[in-house]
Amino acid sequence: MIRRTLMTTAAAGFALALGGTAMAGEPMDHVKACFVYVGPIGDGGWTFQHHQGALAVQETYGDKVEIQWQESVPEGADAERVLTQMALGGCNIIFTTSFGYMDATNAVAAKFSNVMFEHATGFKRDSANVSTYNARFYEGRAIEGLIAGRMTKSNKIGYIASFPIPEVVMGINSYFHHAKQVNPDVELTVIWAYTWFDPAKEADAAKAMIEQGVDVVASHTDSTAPLAEAAKSNGAVIGFGQASDMAEYKPSPRVASIIDNWAPYYVKRVGALLDGSYEQVDAWEGISGGEVLIGEITEAVPAEVKAEAEALRDAIAAGSYHPFTGPINKQDGSPWLAEGQTAPDGDLLGMGFYIEGVTGDIPQ
Amino acid sequence: MLRLEKRPIPSRFWLYATPVVAVLLTMIAGGLLFALLGKNPATVIKTIFWDPLFGEFAWYLRGQLLVKAGPLILIAIGLSLGFRAGIWNIGAEGQYIMGAICGAGVGLALYPTESRLIFPVMILAGALGGWAWAMIPAILKTRFNTNEILVSLMLVYVAETILAKASTGFLRNPEGAGFPGSRSFSGSSFPAASNPELIAGSGLHWGGVFALLMGVAAYILLQRHILGFQIKLAGQAPRAARFHGVKPERLVLLCMGLSGALAGLAGMFEVTGPAGKISIDFNVGYGFTAIIVAFLGRLNPLGIVLAGFIMALTYVGGEMAATNLGLPSAAIQVFQGMLLFFLLGVDVLTNFRIRTTLLGVK
Amino acid sequence: MDIGGINPVILVASLMVAAVPIMLAALGELVVEKSGVLNLGVEGMMIVGAICGFIAAVGTQSPVAGFAAGAAGGAVLSLVFAFLTQVMLANQVATGLALTLFGLGLSSLMGQGYNGIKPPVTAKVPFGPLAEIPVLGPIVFGHDWMVYASIALVACVWWVLRATRLGLIIRAVGESHEAAHALGYKVNRIRLGCIAFGGAMAGLGGAYVSLVRVPQWVDGITAGAGWIALAIVVFASWRPWRVLIGAYLFGGISVLQLNLQAAGSGIPVEYLSMSPYLVTIVVLVIMSSGRGRASLNAPASLGQNFHAAR
Repeated sequence: MIRRTLMTTAAAGFALALGGTAMAGEPMDHVKACFVYVGPIGDGGWTFQHHQGALAVQETYGDKVEIQWQESVPEGADAERVLTQMALGGCNIIFTTSFGYMDATNAVAAKFSNVMFEHATGFKRDSANVSTYNARFYEGRAIEGLIAGRMTKSNKIGYIASFPIPEVVMGINSYFHHAKQVNPDVELTVIWAYTWFDPAKEADAAKAMIEQGVDVVASHTDSTAPLAEAAKSNGAVIGFGQASDMAEYKPSPRVASIIDNWAPYYVKRVGALLDGSYEQVDAWEGISGGEVLIGEITEAVPAEVKAEAEALRDAIAAGSYHPFTGPINKQDGSPWLAEGQTAPDGDLLGMGFYIEGVTGDIPQ
Repeated sequence: MLRLEKRPIPSRFWLYATPVVAVLLTMIAGGLLFALLGKNPATVIKTIFWDPLFGEFAWYLRGQLLVKAGPLILIAIGLSLGFRAGIWNIGAEGQYIMGAICGAGVGLALYPTESRLIFPVMILAGALGGWAWAMIPAILKTRFNTNEILVSLMLVYVAETILAKASTGFLRNPEGAGFPGSRSFSGSSFPAASNPELIAGSGLHWGGVFALLMGVAAYILLQRHILGFQIKLAGQAPRAARFHGVKPERLVLLCMGLSGALAGLAGMFEVTGPAGKISIDFNVGYGFTAIIVAFLGRLNPLGIVLAGFIMALTYVGGEMAATNLGLPSAAIQVFQGMLLFFLLGVDVLTNFRIRTTLLGVK
Repeated sequence: MDIGGINPVILVASLMVAAVPIMLAALGELVVEKSGVLNLGVEGMMIVGAICGFIAAVGTQSPVAGFAAGAAGGAVLSLVFAFLTQVMLANQVATGLALTLFGLGLSSLMGQGYNGIKPPVTAKVPFGPLAEIPVLGPIVFGHDWMVYASIALVACVWWVLRATRLGLIIRAVGESHEAAHALGYKVNRIRLGCIAFGGAMAGLGGAYVSLVRVPQWVDGITAGAGWIALAIVVFASWRPWRVLIGAYLFGGISVLQLNLQAAGSGIPVEYLSMSPYLVTIVVLVIMSSGRGRASLNAPASLGQNFHAAR
């Protein structure tokens, strides 16, 4: 008896939720846009930047849009519940801003075909209402690499890596490749921190590198701790802003930055829902689309290097240059890209190898 | 002057009244906090405590309470046995992770075999994984007298590293294009190893069933079985227990092993059910929260079941308040902390009565 | 004089800095545990200290004010624990864990609007030419004043516990609260004082994280340091100087594993990442197995509440 009631109410509830609002394809007067964050907004990095994008949506559309968000949602069952609550609560479009939400996003999307789901950094689009989006951060790494190769005096550059996943490996390769192009003697030191966010550990990692003679530190972890550590060297060590601009460390050690700028994408997608032009996409844009911004290159960088870096940025933005253009060999010397060949997206998205010249192994 | 006076026997009235008083006090203090943050306190409190149970979407959220409470209860039941005997396993989080890795590992090794036997074998592997991880502090304790609180806690960090390794290395989905995370257990990808909802919309999966069964089993153990008596005796009067023939080493191995196995089970059910796969951030702190649940339930199996649901309510309701009312999730954390403080604080009324005395008069 | 590509002098100098937060917090917890109280809320007190110190330092532009405020913040939070466990006789383990939960949330609420701000720089002690001495210079004369203060505090706690009447009372309360009560000491008040001291030290350690180690505020900045501090207390078998050794050892291994990676050692990363914890366990085993002597140093009343019948 109880079991039957439970089942029928559940079914009725979902049916109710499915019946409501207009399907995509028709213009809407009002959109409720919801955001699921993996960390606190106060992390100053990844989640903070997504929230900036959310606020930009609100600012652009004013009364026509209502935004809601939930911070620090653990991946897995909790994410699924939060997503369901949001979908039931009338959200028209839900942005899930971490790779780990992939299965939850697809599972919930299957139940709410009239709610649009946008999953950041994933690759699964099981139903028509799931889109994925990502940014070509490796394009920004190319500019960092060029600056690093030109600026290093010790010919040792460093990269604080988080986890051995394609996204990070891609960044390491791009960074090293472009440093090597302008400075053939350059050597790369990679430290795997096994965390996205642990300021003390990041500071220690930066310190360990600096003690090894590294004088340019790039990081794939989110806090400003590596920059703060570099700042203690009185200008001998430089680094880059990561995720957010980290302008407080200008002009040195922060000589440039990669800014995750989600605002253009969020504004575009919510706008598309409002005017009825919304379609499922697999978006992977970079500098050209404005998703990856290169923060101001400061006066600590010589004018000619700055000009060179800006030219590289503009070439990437214009599409005339791809950061992974052959000839590039894999670490073991086997060819990856032939002369003039550019890397297919598939290779990049599943990247599990270093390019030639990088020492050490990717932890497996 | 207010003074506490020990009651000859615990008050039955206050035993049941204290949780109510604590919740009311939390509502008042929490209401002040929410008002300070510029929200309507009544709305927030209603959203946290009422809506998940009786609100518009309660038909969905009630099941979610069970999903959230299940692992908490399962782990807390195991821990409570040790805590009663004065054996402090603080590292259930690590045992939970290892149970998940072992259970999932066995399942993935057999992929894509379809057999009814796979899931039971995985359950065993999960329990064994948690058990083995808990045996490390247990054996170190009995052999070398090493403090089990710290060893079990340190092993949480070791387990987290192994988890990161599993999801980026040895358990990584070979068809996942290099992305971290194992094959999925949810949906139709590997039905033999899946732990789905048993009744659609109820939130009940095998983990919930086990949690409730273990609650009953632990109750019977403590009330009726000689072992339960020994556990209680060892905690309350260690010397008397020794005279009574209780072997402390055996008890340590048993209690740690049991709590480890149950934590491992919880991890295994979680990874094959609600979580769906091994990933870097698979663990979300159930092992630590369960310690609080064990104490909120006063180490009593039935109390733990209730405490697990209260804890789950603050999570689920708190999320709703955060999403719908724009509260920072930190405010919910503070609110949960307050609830625990009040629950722990007013508990004193069960065993003590407050006497007012005039200053200077004894 | 590099060993395996790592300069030991620089390593020692940096581990001394890395160890300060856990050393301060562990030292405070040692006094708390000596008085018979187990406060597992160190992480919560540290992070509240970190944000209080940060807010005060940014507001006044004075690191000293920051450290003072950090200590005060940690102490105030610890009084919640003290009230619940000493007056309301709540279970210490559960209350401590709840304190951590509460502290993490509270710090995040307090810290809103403080992201991305640089705190004032905590100056190095000007030893002048002394800092240039090879080997000794960077290790002995190259630090900010908190590094020296933390070592002085270890000496201070050691002296108080060992040689003063106050120390004797604290130990008596921790060994047998019944006996201490019979001698006329106010057990709960003494414990309350110790808890507040422990909170202040944890807060100080937290402030060191947000003002010197990382210099910034972000949510969750202490990232588990409080738990390590708890481990160090037992590792040290409740002896102040061993807290110093334990903190340096732990800080040293954490720094060393990153240095080994940077130096391109062939040891797989994941073994390096778990090494601090495994080494702590191994050392715990060695310490406690030595005829069981070290472990006997645990305060006998640890974790038990006391209620005076009259």
